[in-house]
Amino acid sequence: MSVIYVLLAISISVAVCFFAAFVFSVKKGQYDDVYTPSVRMLFDDELRKDTDNPDQNKKQIKQTESTNQ
Amino acid sequence: MANTTCYHCGDECEKNGVQFDEKEFCCNGCKTVYEIFSSNGLSTFYEIEAKAGTTPNELRGKYNFLDNQEIVEKLVEFNEEGVQVVSLMIPSIHCSSCIWVLENLNRLHPAITVSQVDFPKKTIRVTYKTGDFSLKALVLLLGSIGYEPNISLETLEGKKNTVDRSLIYKLGVAGFAFGNVMLLSFPEYFEVEEFWLDQYKGVFRWLMFAFSLPVVFYAAQDYFVSAYKGLRSKLLNIDVPIALGILVLFLRSTMDVALDLGSGFFDSLTGLVFFLLLGKFFQQKTYAYLSFERDYKSYFPIAVTRLGTDGKEEDIQIYKIKKGDRILIRSQEIIPVDCILIKGTAEVDYSFVTGESQAVFKESGEKLFAGGKQLSGVLEVEVLKSVSQSYLTQLWGNSVFSKDKASQFQTLTDRIGKRFTIAVLTIAFLATAFWLYYDSSMALNVFTAVLIIACPCAIALAAPFTLGNMLRIFGKHRFYLKNTNVIERLAQIDMAIFDKTGTLTTTKRETILYEGVELTTEETALLKTTLRASNHPLSRSLYDILKSNAIMTLDEFQEHTGKGIEGRANQHSIKVGSATYVGKETTAELANTAVYVSSDEDVKGRFVFKNTYRDGVKEIFADLASYMEVGILSGDNDGEREQLEKILPSQAQLLFNQKPEDKLEYIGKMQKSHQVLMVGDGLNDAGALAQSNVGVAVSENVNVFSPACDGIMDASSLGKLPTFMQLSKKSIQVIKLSFMLSLCYNIVGLYFAVTGQLQPVIAAILMPLSSISIVAFTTVCTNILGKRLK
Repeated sequence: MSVIYVLLAISISVAVCFFAAFVFSVKKGQYDDVYTPSVRMLFDDELRKDTDNPDQNKKQIKQTESTNQ
Repeated sequence: MANTTCYHCGDECEKNGVQFDEKEFCCNGCKTVYEIFSSNGLSTFYEIEAKAGTTPNELRGKYNFLDNQEIVEKLVEFNEEGVQVVSLMIPSIHCSSCIWVLENLNRLHPAITVSQVDFPKKTIRVTYKTGDFSLKALVLLLGSIGYEPNISLETLEGKKNTVDRSLIYKLGVAGFAFGNVMLLSFPEYFEVEEFWLDQYKGVFRWLMFAFSLPVVFYAAQDYFVSAYKGLRSKLLNIDVPIALGILVLFLRSTMDVALDLGSGFFDSLTGLVFFLLLGKFFQQKTYAYLSFERDYKSYFPIAVTRLGTDGKEEDIQIYKIKKGDRILIRSQEIIPVDCILIKGTAEVDYSFVTGESQAVFKESGEKLFAGGKQLSGVLEVEVLKSVSQSYLTQLWGNSVFSKDKASQFQTLTDRIGKRFTIAVLTIAFLATAFWLYYDSSMALNVFTAVLIIACPCAIALAAPFTLGNMLRIFGKHRFYLKNTNVIERLAQIDMAIFDKTGTLTTTKRETILYEGVELTTEETALLKTTLRASNHPLSRSLYDILKSNAIMTLDEFQEHTGKGIEGRANQHSIKVGSATYVGKETTAELANTAVYVSSDEDVKGRFVFKNTYRDGVKEIFADLASYMEVGILSGDNDGEREQLEKILPSQAQLLFNQKPEDKLEYIGKMQKSHQVLMVGDGLNDAGALAQSNVGVAVSENVNVFSPACDGIMDASSLGKLPTFMQLSKKSIQVIKLSFMLSLCYNIVGLYFAVTGQLQPVIAAILMPLSSISIVAFTTVCTNILGKRLK
């Protein structure tokens, strides 16, 4: 049953890793704005192509629109 | 013609609607934004949310001050190697379409690299290359699509906030520890006689101790600090029993574990701290995009045009204006300093500053005070005092503005907390004394058990959750409060004072009455055509109410600023303007604004502009007067006295011609015997709003400036004011009810504690159970109450 020491050590270190990840994300500012990311992820953004032809973009948008129907 | 709504912004397309690309728009502005979006591949804007657009405002020369590099330096966050980063506040952000189009700004101009929106704060952070682009170009671009940023003196002053994330960290630590300690304490809950358990329980117990250390010394810090401060000033606030509880829990558990008396109460300890911090977090709801602390700095523009000695115009920051400078003030601009009029006719609207609803006319050589808005025509003025010395800014030097209302108010929780602490300590001592006599080994056990189980956490959670939820409900109905403390203060109000101009009256619609000889159809048509050519606000209001469809072309049109306008067509002429301009000698000084009309030099009559009162004003007074006193303090003259006496109860006070200081003094006088609520809108109410127990600013557009206050109310919700007051009172009742509920839990727990039967598992069950049920109860109650507002 002394394996319990090993089990406890592993589970606690895993937990501490997650905690460290939490602290890191708070520091980076991910919790400053908790609303906008929820909206942002729902946008259907087609890949932005660096094109100097806006008409081509419009055609592509029309295409994705028709396929999304 | 069928009434359709604009494809871009959703407003009604009236007669001057514009058709484009098989779609209807209410105006050219909306149509232009549609064009910009569709030609740049941004038409998804309309698919995410229909009619989400905002009509762009005319910008004209408004942002010329951004050519000044000094100002730009102060506004941008980062400026190096041809790249600039700026954070702008855009009040018109209101939906997901806005977020989408603003994060796709780079499609509108290649120099923009990244833009990110922070929706709750209504700000956007843009990174752009300064090669052939600039901050001014960015601002104009945003304005052209209907997202004009708000740049005021306050934004220039300083980047205030370093974000305070400590509560999130503490909550994270407490939650992490709580979860782990609960897992580790499971074995001993079940109390099964296992050999291995006896062998290893030491490990488990010391691990629990280790997890509790950061909770007690870091996460619960605030409670200890607050309790210490409270005790030092001889106050027993709610944090005292909480801190006491945490301390006793920790010490008793450590002792139990060290001396092998039991498994300790670490699970209850970490759970307690976690729930308390959760309550604090929930209470923290703030409206990041509204500011309740605005002073004159957010009202004034950043820069003005100064005329150099050589006649050259340059834009300078308003702080740099010195005495003797000559500055230019254009139409619809605000006069930033006390000055003397040199050239031009001044027609200044001081309604926001003094509450006078009539514009003031000044001639060359007369003094102009800061804060008014010039209505039409350009003025050249000579500065008398710098910005910080003008009469208006001096008002903010009054000590009333540094008063902190929240700290001086003893909340319900604190009052109950005081009695709670005393009661618990009494019970603890009595029980200990009893056991000392009966079986002294149990004495310490019982003493600490009582202090542990008499959980103040339900009391500490009732108020945050109730008031926090109520704050949200109010916000949904466009009544934005600064913090939960305001609701408690609102519940105690027994006197309500209102400002008149802008608060009870609205400038959006005006009641215009015609007195005089009836105008013929031709005269009306000519009048309307003439008015169409003028940009003056009074002309526009008058234009809207005239019923005539025959718009003709004028042969001649003349506008004399400050006097009136004249139009000629088909051998007839018409003059509209002040009495003297039109040729009428007036003997009586009319209290309300009046515009005279003469046709072919023959004075026909006048249009009198009466204040239009907002919907529901009469009902507000009828409702409030039934249980509190009401009154009106106005900076305007008493022309409306009769009208107001009709809608107010007979004993209400009606005072006119009140200057800002008068209002402040009056409120102070009333406070000797009442708890006063002040409802106002303008700078002239600023002192009164700060002095009153609760100050509410009414605003037609909450994104625009409102003076420092405890709450901002959208003008459309003014009619709900009595309901808001009722709900505040009911919230306090809900809190009291939940105190009763927590009392039940405490009695059950105390039974176990006093008889010496308190096992860790019982404490671990009771604590979360009471917390969660209080939270559920208060949330359900406030939501039910909130339905009254619908």
